[in-house]
Amino acid sequence: MEIGKDLVAASATPLVLAILGEGESWGYAIIKRVGELSGGEIEWTDGMLYPLLHRLERNEWVEAKWGKSETGRKRKYYRLTDQGLEELANHKRQWEVVDSALRDVWMSALDPAPRPA
Amino acid sequence: MAREDGAALLEERISEWRAHLDRRQAIRSVDVEELEDHLRAQVETLREAGLDEDEAFLVGVKRMGDLDSLSREFALEYSERLWKQLVVSSGKGETSTGVGRDALVAVGLAIAAAAALKAPALFGLKFAGRDADLSFYRLNLCLLVFPFLAVFFAWKRGLPPWGWGWLAIPFVAAGLIVNLLPFVPEGHTESLAALHLPIALWLTVGIAYVGGQWRSGEGRMNYIRFSGEWFIYYSLIALGGGVLTGFTLFVFRAIGVNMEPIAENWIIPCGAAGAVLIGAWLVESKQSVIENMAPVLTLLFTPLFALLLLVFLGTMLWTGNPIEVEREVLIGFDLLLALVLGLLLYAISARDPLQPPGWFDVLQVVLVVSALLVDAFALWAILARINEYGFTPNRTAALGENLILLVNLGWSAVLYTKFLMRRSRFVTLERWQTGYVPVYFVWAWVVVGLFPVLFGFR
Repeated sequence: MEIGKDLVAASATPLVLAILGEGESWGYAIIKRVGELSGGEIEWTDGMLYPLLHRLERNEWVEAKWGKSETGRKRKYYRLTDQGLEELANHKRQWEVVDSALRDVWMSALDPAPRPA
Repeated sequence: MAREDGAALLEERISEWRAHLDRRQAIRSVDVEELEDHLRAQVETLREAGLDEDEAFLVGVKRMGDLDSLSREFALEYSERLWKQLVVSSGKGETSTGVGRDALVAVGLAIAAAAALKAPALFGLKFAGRDADLSFYRLNLCLLVFPFLAVFFAWKRGLPPWGWGWLAIPFVAAGLIVNLLPFVPEGHTESLAALHLPIALWLTVGIAYVGGQWRSGEGRMNYIRFSGEWFIYYSLIALGGGVLTGFTLFVFRAIGVNMEPIAENWIIPCGAAGAVLIGAWLVESKQSVIENMAPVLTLLFTPLFALLLLVFLGTMLWTGNPIEVEREVLIGFDLLLALVLGLLLYAISARDPLQPPGWFDVLQVVLVVSALLVDAFALWAILARINEYGFTPNRTAALGENLILLVNLGWSAVLYTKFLMRRSRFVTLERWQTGYVPVYFVWAWVVVGLFPVLFGFR
């Protein structure tokens, strides 16, 4: 199954915010986490994550700092800010509305039972 | 494939990939570092999964996405980067503290330079007006300002104390020469000294610019680049200053106050002195941020000047009109050669020495050779009548300069032609130019210091 481009794009921001909500992380680890969470179904073009992260940083939803990796390479780490946490909650509410709406309509649309007139 | 070979190849591949990214304007080098870290982590994971370096690299790069869409995505996020920012301190960023301190020092020195320029007025030496001491200011103008520029670079490059000492010598010497030698007022040697002292001192500032490493060819080339950019910044600042002065006069005239004396004695001299430092600081902090202008102008004007000279030569041969030897003719042709040399220098300064010859190189050779031909005609006409005129200080200086430029351009033409025929590398030409800089230095100092003595100060 391939997830549509628009859906991938729409879910990118809440996914990244949520993953950073789990704790400080960095680019490659975020991509890996997305893979784990979706069972490999959501695939991003890796590079595209960075303009997104930088946008979140500019909106002050995340903050970034340069640190060192285990092997001593320069690495940029991101973490959620308080504003980002609010934004995450905001996204969550929106998705829940979409999700419950879809759930309800799917129940009746795809249910074998006869549709109400 | 041996393990080390694979690792080395991988490093090479990654640095190539980096170079590709670095060329994208929308992606900054810090972003490239972040992306590289990602790529390396990806490659490591793939290697652990059993792929060899080559495969791991290819897969990693593929996952990263193609560079065009990546840089488009960055450009969307950072549209301002495509307009490279002209204002230096953006508030944050890793170098902001350094830039801030540089700015403070530059502004401080600019104020000091302006004050130094006004200091002689305390002793009654008027800068402007009918009874101005033109002779004093003509000789001392750059002596009052350039030391601050030297201080700026000496400070910025962290020159050791003995370096500061050495640097002070030429400035002190110049001060003694122009103020203690018994110049005939408004005489030739005085004018020559006033004209050549800025060149001599500018090249001295270059020693501070390169942090005392005056032997380094790369350093000299950097100073040449700096000089071109500085000149452009200075011209722009002067334009703005002109507008400011014009409005000052205009608005105060509207309320019946004449600001002309203030403008002449304060705004213009202080602005002109301060702008020397501010221009230098801007070039220093901007060198990597905005595209260098001097090479762009060179690209624009090299074909035009080449065309001018070719048409001129053609016309001269067609009509048979000889060059009329008037008083200023030699100086005019000196300036022409200097200009052609400038075009050549700035073309060289911006050129990747490893690139093979192209059409622009052919154009450069055409420009240099036609300038040499034009100059040869002029020199011929002048030498034929030099006995009639005799060796005045002016003519000697002009002739000497012509000779210096002729030698430089002549040999440049030879080297450039060799390069076009692929019998020599471009670096040779670059080395010839940077190696020649001391000749200008020595000559300028000779005209300032020795000419007055040789010609009896007249």
